[in-house]
Parts: sequence; C-alpha cells; structure tokens
Amino acid sequence: PALGLFLFTIARDPLRIIILIAGAFFWLVSLLLSSLIWFIAVRASNPWDEPLQKGLLIFGVMFSVLLQEVFRFLYYKLLRKAIEGLVALSDDGCSPISIQQMAYVAGVGFGLMSGAFSMINLLADSLGPGTVGIHGDSQLYFLTSAFMTMVLIFLHTFWGVLFFHGCEHRRWWEIAAVVIMHLTVSGSTFCNPLYVGSLVPSYLLMATAAAWAYLVSGGSAQNLQRFLLCK
Amino acid sequence: MITFMNNSDSEEEPCNERTSLMSAESPPVPSYQDGPQASEVGEAQAHRKRRTGGSRSPNNIADGEMSDSGVPVRESALENEEEELTLKYGAKHVIMLFVPVTLCMIVVVATIKSVRFYTEKNGQLIYTPFSEDTPSVGQRLLNSVLNTIIMISVIVVMTVFLVVLYKYRCYKFIHGWLILSSLMLLFLFTYIYLGEVLKTYNVAMDYPTLFLVIWNFGAVGMICIHWKGPLQLQQAYLIMISALMALVFIKYLPEWSAWVILGAISIYDLMAVLCPKGPLRMLVETAQERNEPIFPALIYSSAMIWTVGMAKPDTAARGQSQQMWDAAEAGRENHMSPSHTDSQMSETRSSASTRPITLEELEEEERGVKLGLGDFIFYSVLVGKAAATASGDWNTTLACFVAILIGLCLTLLLLAVFKKALPALPISITFGLVFYFSTDNLVRPFMDTLASHQLYI
Repeated sequence: PALGLFLFTIARDPLRIIILIAGAFFWLVSLLLSSLIWFIAVRASNPWDEPLQKGLLIFGVMFSVLLQEVFRFLYYKLLRKAIEGLVALSDDGCSPISIQQMAYVAGVGFGLMSGAFSMINLLADSLGPGTVGIHGDSQLYFLTSAFMTMVLIFLHTFWGVLFFHGCEHRRWWEIAAVVIMHLTVSGSTFCNPLYVGSLVPSYLLMATAAAWAYLVSGGSAQNLQRFLLCK
Repeated sequence: MITFMNNSDSEEEPCNERTSLMSAESPPVPSYQDGPQASEVGEAQAHRKRRTGGSRSPNNIADGEMSDSGVPVRESALENEEEELTLKYGAKHVIMLFVPVTLCMIVVVATIKSVRFYTEKNGQLIYTPFSEDTPSVGQRLLNSVLNTIIMISVIVVMTVFLVVLYKYRCYKFIHGWLILSSLMLLFLFTYIYLGEVLKTYNVAMDYPTLFLVIWNFGAVGMICIHWKGPLQLQQAYLIMISALMALVFIKYLPEWSAWVILGAISIYDLMAVLCPKGPLRMLVETAQERNEPIFPALIYSSAMIWTVGMAKPDTAARGQSQQMWDAAEAGRENHMSPSHTDSQMSETRSSASTRPITLEELEEEERGVKLGLGDFIFYSVLVGKAAATASGDWNTTLACFVAILIGLCLTLLLLAVFKKALPALPISITFGLVFYFSTDNLVRPFMDTLASHQLYI
C-alpha cells in the first residue's frame, strides 16, 4: 500500500520526489545516530549480561524514537525555509507545493525508509531456504512483520501531517501527542511475540491518527460522505 | 571534472572518468556574463544542428511549467529572472537525473545479486598490481594505497593526454579512440555479460543466435551513441554501458583498493574541475571557446531538443533570442561529466534559445541536464560494492542509494547557485562512503537485534 501511495500521489511531481528522498535521508541519519549511541553503549557494557542487553536495547529503541522525532522537527524547519524560497521564485507568489503536501510527503518518506529497513532483509531471506523462525519463533513471523511494517508506514505518514500541523499552529500538545504515540507503538512491539499486544493497539492508534490527520487537513464527515457516495 | 573515456583501449584499461557539472559548455556561459557581445556566439549556435521535440522525455512531468517558461524569458535577459527559472525547474532536472542514475544502479545491483561471476575474484587489472591477499592489515592498506596511486595517475595521464589532443585539434585521433573503445565495450563486455547471465539462469543459446543478438545490439549502440538516434534509446544505451563498466570495476578491483580509489577519485575530480589548471576545466573552457560540443557519446543528456526544419531566415532572428535564452539555459543545465552527449547539450541549448521567437514552430523544449558517464559508473560502483560486500545486504545498499541521490540533489543545487561546471562526484561519493561504512558497522547490528526480537522503532 505504501508503494501505491507513492505511485499515485508522489511520482507525478518532481518536487515531491525530492522531498520524499530527503525525508528518507533524514530518517536514515536519525537511525544512524541512534544506532551509534546504541553501539557505543553495547560496547561499553558487558556483552554477556542478558537483562542489561535487553535493557540497553529498550533504551536504544526509545532513544531512536525520540531522535526520529527530533529529525522530523529539523526537517520541518528545513522545509519551512524551502517554502519561503519557492514562494519567492514562483511566478504568482504562491508556492507550488503547500506545507500540508510537504508534510504528507515527508511522512511518507520517513515511513518508506523505516518500512524498507524493517522489511527488506526479511524479504530477501524469505526467498531463500525456509529457515526463519526455526528456533521456535512464531509461525506468523512474516505475516505479522508485514502488517506491522504497513501500520508503521501509515503511522509515519499520519504523524508527519500531524506533526507539521502542530508546528505550524504552535500547538505543542499535538506534537507531544505524536511523540507519545510513537513511543507507545514502539513500546507495544516489546510485547512481541505476543502479537495481540502489539498489533491491535497499533492499528487502533493508526485509526485514531488517521482520523485526526484527516480532520486536521480540513476534511470532515460531510466530505467523506460525499466522496464515498461519489457525488 | 572527470570525463569518462571509457572507450579507451582495452578492457583492462580503466577509463578516465571525469565527472563534472557544467552549467553550460559553450557560448551560453560567455553570453551570460556579457550579454550584448555574445551575439556572434549566438549566431554561431544558430547554425548548429537542432532538433525539436523529445516530447516523450521527462517533460511531461512539467508540461505546464514548460509552456510558460518561454514567456517570461522573452522579455528580458535579466539575471534574476534567469535565476528564478533556473531554480524553478531545478526539481524537474533533478528528477531527470535521478531516473537514469537509479536505473543504472538497479541494473548493477540486480546483476551483482544474481550473477555470481561478478563477485568472484579472478585476478586484477594491470592497473592495480598489488594484491590484497596479504596477511597483515598494514600491508594490505599499503597495497591498496599504492594501487590507488597507480590508478589515479593513469587516469590523470589519460585525461591530460586527452586535453592535449583536444587542444591541438587532433579530432580524428580522439574520435577514433572513442569509437574503438565504445566498440570494445559494446561488443566484448556485452558478450561476457550475456554469457554470464545465461549461465546463471541456465538458459541455452547457440552461437549463431548469440552472434546475431550481440551484433544487432552493438551496431545499434554504435549508431545511437556516436551519431543520431532516438533520445530514449541513446539514454538506454548509455545506461547499459555505464552499468557494464561499473560491473567490470566491481569485479576487478580488490576490496580496499576500490574504496580508497573512490575516495581518491572524488578528490581528484574536485581538483580537476575547480582548479584553474585542472585538465577538465581546461577541456571545458577550450570547448566553450571553440563553441563546439566536447565529445560525442561521453555524456548523458537528459533531454534533447529538435527543431522542426527551420528555414534560413529564421536563423538571424533566432540568433538574437538565443543569447538571451542561452543565458537562461546556461544556469539551468547541469553538465556533469563532459563525457557524453555534448552534441546533445549544445542542441539543447540552441533549441531552447529559439523558443521565444519561434514558438509556433518549436514544440516544447526540454532543458536537459547533462551528467558525465563517469559519474554514473562510480555511483554504480559504490552501490554495487555495497551490495556485493556488505553483510547487511539490502539495508546498506538502500542507505548508499539514498545517500547518493541526496548528494546528487545537493550538487545540482550548488550548480544552480554557481552556474558553472562542477564536479558531480565528491559530495555524493562522500555521502555514499560515510553511509556505507556507518551502516555496515553501526546500523546493521542494531537492526539485526531489533529484527530478531521483532521490535520496531
């Protein structure tokens, strides 16, 4: 689905593609920094201490989430400046791309990158001999991974919209809500392989975020009705 | 600037690659600085062969933008307007370059992942005589540095040789050289490549069929690259030969040498393009002075403009608008690697200039950006090496890919700001290298641990 989103909405406009790739890049950099921190922490600690490693891992995950949000914010700043530049350069005084579109594209960029990083190796391994999960992991490994990745990509997209909207209107509580949601989702994955603990809340949160983003972007129940009934 | 003289001598010979971004090779640049004087230059350009059209190319992305691009420029050649247009169409140009670079990388990565031949170590080029099988780290490092020095000096010598030839107008020699190398590339490398691919997929093909296929491929390729041909076919061929060359490099360069060479080449590129005495800069300037395309078939052009049978009387009128438009164009074109399709570039520029006056005759033009083939090759080498040797597999490859694209974006941005030839390699390769090493060593363990616990960040 994320790829479909990309094809239908982003591939037409070159500017959006650039914003997408830049978004992916920012996510990548945040990942890099967070893994750097984790790596240092792991190296500095005792590798045989299981609970400590697990704790470090959790710390790493949380830190990474926070860092991602920080980078989202930085990206927002960059896009603000870019929009001013674009406005100055355009013929009629308004930018060829609005901040909401940018928010959407940035969200998709983040999401795609994170999804890609989560899934690609899995997919590559799935082409080979069927040895995943041979150590007693759940049989639903692939399926749940796929669903989790998808929900994460969508969530990133919605978070992008909400985040930028929050920054635009200076509603700090929106931003805080996004961060908390992200932390919650990542935290819920700690329940894996008890999948009900992670997938269900994630999907619920995604539905919430979707509705919120929709409302924030100016949609309303009437619009939805009209769209669905093809008026 | 590194020009990719890939068509040099033998398969062992590394091609001199020069990658550079040039905003405008020829007259447009002078005309940009001193408007009125450049009219004779504009005239000269008018007589160059032009073709309009290229409607299938990426212009459909921004058709709307294109049509009103002609209007503002017609009025004046004010620099701010030109700058506006420069940056406005920057996005489209970036995409026009993203697509071929991406395609090339995809081809290389796909081949590396599937055909085992290219990851086996079957010897080295004579340009990298020192082996890397030594037991100690220091020795290996030393060997790779020595290899790099040899390789770079070979490239420098070839480049200087080329520039000298160009300066003394030994065009026949250069053309012969280029034709010879592209011949070799198209036929020999393709034969090897096809053979390996068929072996991998266990598909049988008899010799007559093989001969026919390769003959057709090679012949059409020669015509397309060196003479005339549909734009997309030419682009496809250029991408293919870049991929082939990159595969050869990936196969025959030992590990550490490859990375050190990539780093050294970006530094060399930087120097060769920006230093006043740099060979590539001299090449570009000489070409500009003489008002002619640099070399056929060494640069990838993303667009070409065809003029529809222009009648003679128009040329005078066109000449005038040309200098104005060319100036605008100049800023807009990124010329990276004066390797290929110089002819395309000049055509692009000339056709662009004719637009304001002869709107009804010309179809939509596309301003092309030009990237040297050497750039393609080294980008693909980086990504291919990442795919081949990184243990993190696709993550690393993906990270390098994004890094290179972002580097390309930034370079194009700089080009729009500076409006002169710029090296395309340094920024992208630096990003790529940084990301490769960091992803391989830092991110991979992190992601692996996450994946094994099925945690998501």
